[in-house]
Amino acid sequence: MTTTTALTIAAWPGIEPRLLLPGGEDSEDTEEYSSYRGQGGYQPLDDADRLLGEVDLSGLLGRGGAAFPMAVKLRTVRDNGRRCGGAVVVANGEEGEPASVKDRWLLRHRPHLVLDGLRLAAKMVEATRVDVYVSDQRAAEAVETALAEVDAAVLDGLAISVSTVQPSYVAGEETAAVRVLNGGPAKPTDKPPRPFEEGVAGLPTMVSNVETLANLPFLHRHGARVFRGHGISTSPGTFLATITGAGRPAALYEIPHGVGFTELLTLHGVPADQVRGVLMGGYFAGLVNRDILDATLDHESLRRLNSGLGCGAIAILTDDCPVAVAASVMAYYDRENAGQCGSCFNGTAAMSAVTEALRDGLATDEDLARLERWSVVLRGRGACATLDGATNVAASLLIQFPQVVARHLENGCKACRSGAFGALRPYEVEGVMPA
Amino acid sequence: MRIKLDRTLCDGFGVCAKHAPGYFSLDDWGYASLEGNGEIPAEDHHAVTRALLDCPVHAIIEMGGHRAAPPPAGNVKEAPEPHVKSDDNEAIWGFVR
Repeated sequence: MTTTTALTIAAWPGIEPRLLLPGGEDSEDTEEYSSYRGQGGYQPLDDADRLLGEVDLSGLLGRGGAAFPMAVKLRTVRDNGRRCGGAVVVANGEEGEPASVKDRWLLRHRPHLVLDGLRLAAKMVEATRVDVYVSDQRAAEAVETALAEVDAAVLDGLAISVSTVQPSYVAGEETAAVRVLNGGPAKPTDKPPRPFEEGVAGLPTMVSNVETLANLPFLHRHGARVFRGHGISTSPGTFLATITGAGRPAALYEIPHGVGFTELLTLHGVPADQVRGVLMGGYFAGLVNRDILDATLDHESLRRLNSGLGCGAIAILTDDCPVAVAASVMAYYDRENAGQCGSCFNGTAAMSAVTEALRDGLATDEDLARLERWSVVLRGRGACATLDGATNVAASLLIQFPQVVARHLENGCKACRSGAFGALRPYEVEGVMPA
Repeated sequence: MRIKLDRTLCDGFGVCAKHAPGYFSLDDWGYASLEGNGEIPAEDHHAVTRALLDCPVHAIIEMGGHRAAPPPAGNVKEAPEPHVKSDDNEAIWGFVR
């Protein structure tokens, strides 16, 4: 069981951090305006189109989980906004994944980096309205304080509002953000329309993760070529990874895309022979068995394992049983889904019942057959991706750990029999960054 | 004719799948999802219109002739993240956090 008590913060050995504090400072404080400007922050933007071209060349991918090309998003919202009489940019800091802490850390400790990226994005899409959307109270306060510090000239007439929402798994989904900013509840809507078509106030809206935005000031200062100095061609740059599990304190690392998973284990102090697998992308991208030891930390490598980097949250399983972890995550999805789509609230409840029965040594072959079928046919049947996250966990458990699953059919898992793992929010890191 | 199905409204009556089974599939609990991209060819207008009019919760909505904005030129329908055993996955990873 993972009870985290402290957060280690470090940049990958040998790299100058772009997202963590320069010099790798492990600071409890919030970076000040003067300090951020002193390092070259808030550079004037003379040519937004040129910067958009650099974003394109950089290959920057969204860091909220979907890895969508940032330049495509920026250009689409700008063009749609020109046709519709305005566009909106929303910095999404509502980090719903319990096992991820990077957005909260960025907003609390480097609000100016995020705001600098946000004003650059706003200029690129010619936004008429700009919002910061968060649930973490301390993050909201840090952003408000930062906004009060910034010279008006730096924002060039841009008015940025901060909206807070009650935290929940689904509140961070982009249509939930749009719905809140339009005065509704923090629950996703079905598509179409997608926010880039019609979002806040009916205008084309770019909802962008705060880590993605935090990459823009570096790109603005140094250009695409230097940006690509870290990472690999299809996953350029660095990313923030929240590492939990393995009985170690949680860590937030800035990692160049493409490094080997085993190198991460070395940095984190986990012997490779103790690793049973990982839970990827927060709770979203499912389980991977020891094949993860041959993977590199980039989108392509993890896609080959039918998984994904997602928001960069990786929980390492050593003593924890994959069946018990899957059962905990599925129960979480059962509790935390929006309760809107029938396929989702029924499907997560049904898959949760089977995975819990499997953990408790009570499942039958018929139960497993049903779980396997649901893990396939329920995909794509929800308005948001919550149900897809649940099917990912079910499918990956069955495909990646067939022998472990078979042993549970015979109630042969000692750890599960003793109830060793029953976390309500497995690998949660909220504890190390309390509200 | 272009339609969408709002799955947050669907209450699982299943009338749509009776009238137009090629366009509406039901899950194990009777809740519907739209098959295809919502474009309905002329020969199926009648059946789909019956489904639309008979839906007790008005979860099927006919889209207007114009859109607020066209979709992006990029491959937005293509999920760049995991396809775990997804033969017919039409949802893109909707979470942008």
